[in-house]
Amino acid sequence: MMKKPPRIKLPDAINTGEIIEIKTLATHIMETGNRKDAAGNVIARDIIHTFTASFEGQQVFSATLGSGIAANPYIAFFMRVPGSGTLTLTWLDDAGTTTVEKVSLTAA
Amino acid sequence: TAAALLALIGHVSAARAEPPATESADFKSQFNALLGPATPIDGAGLTLDLPASVDNGDYVPVAVAVESPMTEENHVKAVHLLSTANPRASVATFRFTLLSGTARVTSRMRLAKTQDVVALAELSDGRLLVVRHQVDVKVGGCGI
Repeated sequence: MMKKPPRIKLPDAINTGEIIEIKTLATHIMETGNRKDAAGNVIARDIIHTFTASFEGQQVFSATLGSGIAANPYIAFFMRVPGSGTLTLTWLDDAGTTTVEKVSLTAA
Repeated sequence: TAAALLALIGHVSAARAEPPATESADFKSQFNALLGPATPIDGAGLTLDLPASVDNGDYVPVAVAVESPMTEENHVKAVHLLSTANPRASVATFRFTLLSGTARVTSRMRLAKTQDVVALAELSDGRLLVVRHQVDVKVGGCGI
């Protein structure tokens, strides 16, 4: 469960054909499943296990994450801009929460 | 071959001020499963950017880049990031497409202790590239 929406950063000006960096920061505890509470019970794993990025329905990048990714997962990846369109970013966690963000991208 | 092992440990200790932790069984099994019968190529366009030492293992910046034209004929399919001494070896698998334009990714990882981090890139022509990077960790990532 994300306490607040993810942050997404794209360049200010984008040209068709350009390779741009897309920076994302999710808010998530990334509980590893290896820790114990005060009573000695294992705290269940709760991590974002999958991140995907697609543009106009075509996959751009995806990541399968393990407990070795730091809390509040930061993922910065690249895209060759095919033109204007909608970038869809999706985060899935162990609690079954799906977070989807859509970014409308205007390319010159 | 206990003697050979001891000799190896001695060699590693001599070469490094603080030897990294022993590779975990989980790492060995995951790494071998990823390799399959292939022989990996060291380096060759794959770079793994990590600090040489960190005070805090909870947030360790990591960047991976593979030189590739990212065309249909010649592209990077995936990069696997593995920890040799965390409780779980698999840190992340990043998958690229032609729309990625370039096979580069930046994230932040956890390190429980001083160890090697390993990146393994899968190329479209079946080649596997491997690179290792030791990170000295002063305070391990809490509760990893």
